[in-house]
Amino acid sequence: MYHYNDFDKAFVQERVNQFRAQVERRIDGSLTEDEFKPLRLMNGLYLQLHAYMLRVAIPYGTLNSRQMRQLAMIADRWDKGYGHFTTRQNIQYNWPKLRDVPDMLQALADVGMHAIQTSGNTIRNVTADHFAGAAADEIADPRPVAELIRQWSTDHPEFQFLPRKFKIAVTGSPNDRAVTKAHDIGLRMVRNAAGEPGFEVIVGGGLGRTPLIGKVIRDFVPQADLLPYLEAIVSVYNLLGRRDNKYKARIKITVQENGIDDIRARVDAQFERLKGEWGGFDQHLLARIEQSFAAPEFKTGGLEKFNAGREANPAFRAWTDTNLSAHRHPEHAIVTVSVKKHGATPGDATSDQMRALADLAERLGYDELRISHEQNVILPHVHKSDLPEVYATLREHGLATANVGLISDIIACPGMDYCALATARSIPIAQEIATRFDELKLEHEIGPLKIKISGCINACGHHHVGHIGILGLDRAGVENYQITLGGDGTETAAIGERAGPGFSADEIIPAIERLIEAYLTHREGAEETFLQAYRRLGMAPFKAALYPEKEGV
Amino acid sequence: MSRRPFTPKVVAANDLLDGDAVWLTANDSWTRDMGAAELIEDEAIAEDRLIFANAQADRVVGAYLVDAEATEFGPAPVHFREAFRTRGPSNYAHGKQAES
Ligand code: SF4
Repeated sequence: MYHYNDFDKAFVQERVNQFRAQVERRIDGSLTEDEFKPLRLMNGLYLQLHAYMLRVAIPYGTLNSRQMRQLAMIADRWDKGYGHFTTRQNIQYNWPKLRDVPDMLQALADVGMHAIQTSGNTIRNVTADHFAGAAADEIADPRPVAELIRQWSTDHPEFQFLPRKFKIAVTGSPNDRAVTKAHDIGLRMVRNAAGEPGFEVIVGGGLGRTPLIGKVIRDFVPQADLLPYLEAIVSVYNLLGRRDNKYKARIKITVQENGIDDIRARVDAQFERLKGEWGGFDQHLLARIEQSFAAPEFKTGGLEKFNAGREANPAFRAWTDTNLSAHRHPEHAIVTVSVKKHGATPGDATSDQMRALADLAERLGYDELRISHEQNVILPHVHKSDLPEVYATLREHGLATANVGLISDIIACPGMDYCALATARSIPIAQEIATRFDELKLEHEIGPLKIKISGCINACGHHHVGHIGILGLDRAGVENYQITLGGDGTETAAIGERAGPGFSADEIIPAIERLIEAYLTHREGAEETFLQAYRRLGMAPFKAALYPEKEGV
Repeated sequence: MSRRPFTPKVVAANDLLDGDAVWLTANDSWTRDMGAAELIEDEAIAEDRLIFANAQADRVVGAYLVDAEATEFGPAPVHFREAFRTRGPSNYAHGKQAES
């Protein structure tokens, strides 16, 4: 993986030193909160309901074992022994003390990590397919390009005060696991007729108050033109984006108000101007970055142990059925480690769990780990003969839940248990749904189903693209949960449709149960997933199940 | 002359160093127990107390007024958000609920 060069190291170290001095000046009273707030946000430090929160970037979700151990150390030393993995492939610490934050940032810098540009109207942490570099369906590893974008966007002098925050996601696979159509810019690697790799560029997607699926601005940008083309998009947005109204400031609104054709013409003109200035430096850089992402030398050695393990242990077999994905090397598998034990907080890992994962990665996973936007941890390269041992170790640490992609593999934002912007809680709803369907022993029968929960309209929990989306609201001083159906975050992206009036906290779990019963009743067979059934049947049967008293009126 | 009755308020904020929820007391100190806070029954006084709180930048961050009601244990929150702030998160026994 990529290791910081001297420039990266010096830059991050300077920022730590700067922030240390700023914290001291805040505490001794020489900085007011108005002066300090933008500085702390630039370093990922938020103030929430019960404490500060430090948001640490995990660029394109990639970590090595040393970094994961450091995250565990930070959790133990300065927080409450755990961290929360987010839908932005970040990790958040919920309980830091102001005085300790400079030390936490130093500890991060020591392993080549930081919290820069995890806030503010800048280009945020670049996210990527969490199976990058491992997936069988991949054209090429998108992470070198993601790293190039990280370097280009970090501290970019022109893009520190954009009209609003700006999020870029990259995938190298036709199967979109990075929700590229719901980002300010989504990049999907494609090949042109001549077989050369390039990118389909999608702009103006986003969730939140005005959910929109991104539009293709160019169906093929050669890899060599990518950075100047991105620079052209962001600079057009920087001028055109609305600064008068926070709710209309994202590029999705710029695209909606001006039309994709107008934006395309402006971007093309800007691109022509910029392209000449570029001079190919980025391509040299990319070539160097690519070397550090070279795939490990995958070992071989047969699958006997794997097959014997599946024969002997039904629990192991069930886990391999749900938690493995196809690796590009036939004797390897991608392991998705569920951080969603039934009843636990989605995305929360204890320091012990982090260390166990780091050890596994180091011993049996070529020292690589990923964080997925679905709040799970990935061991991207595991030889199948090592899987029984991986599974046994995960079990010891409460990490072997066989539920990836199922109803209890829920995305939930922190909601009103932590977040100052929330209108309702989301974590307890996720916990209750997972617990309930575990009791019913139904989740394997239900099959693939994505429930996503947000604690307010900002939609950090991606509820709009959940097959079942749940949005927590405040209705006259009571928590209320609105259901959307039919959302999809993949290459066939769709925004879910509102089912009707919301449900109270007591009513929401039974409502989800009725929804699932309706699906099981109406599906054509076990092969027809919830989403497929919804697409075939439309809203009516699900609405009838959700609001039974309305029937026959 | 039909002015809406004023809902009593307390001044809430977060502690500068810990980030913990705190409330302003009648003797100008900050308490971690909302029940010990000053219940303000008059709108003009509430505005005044908020200005005072905002000037306490070396102690607290982000002061604001919250609706409260008088109880036998002192002022209590009316809205669920503010009730959560008196306890802590619901997924772990962390925050205030762990300390008391
Ligand atoms: S969706 Fe709302 S409640 Fe949830 S983390 Fe985002 S801002 Fe907070």
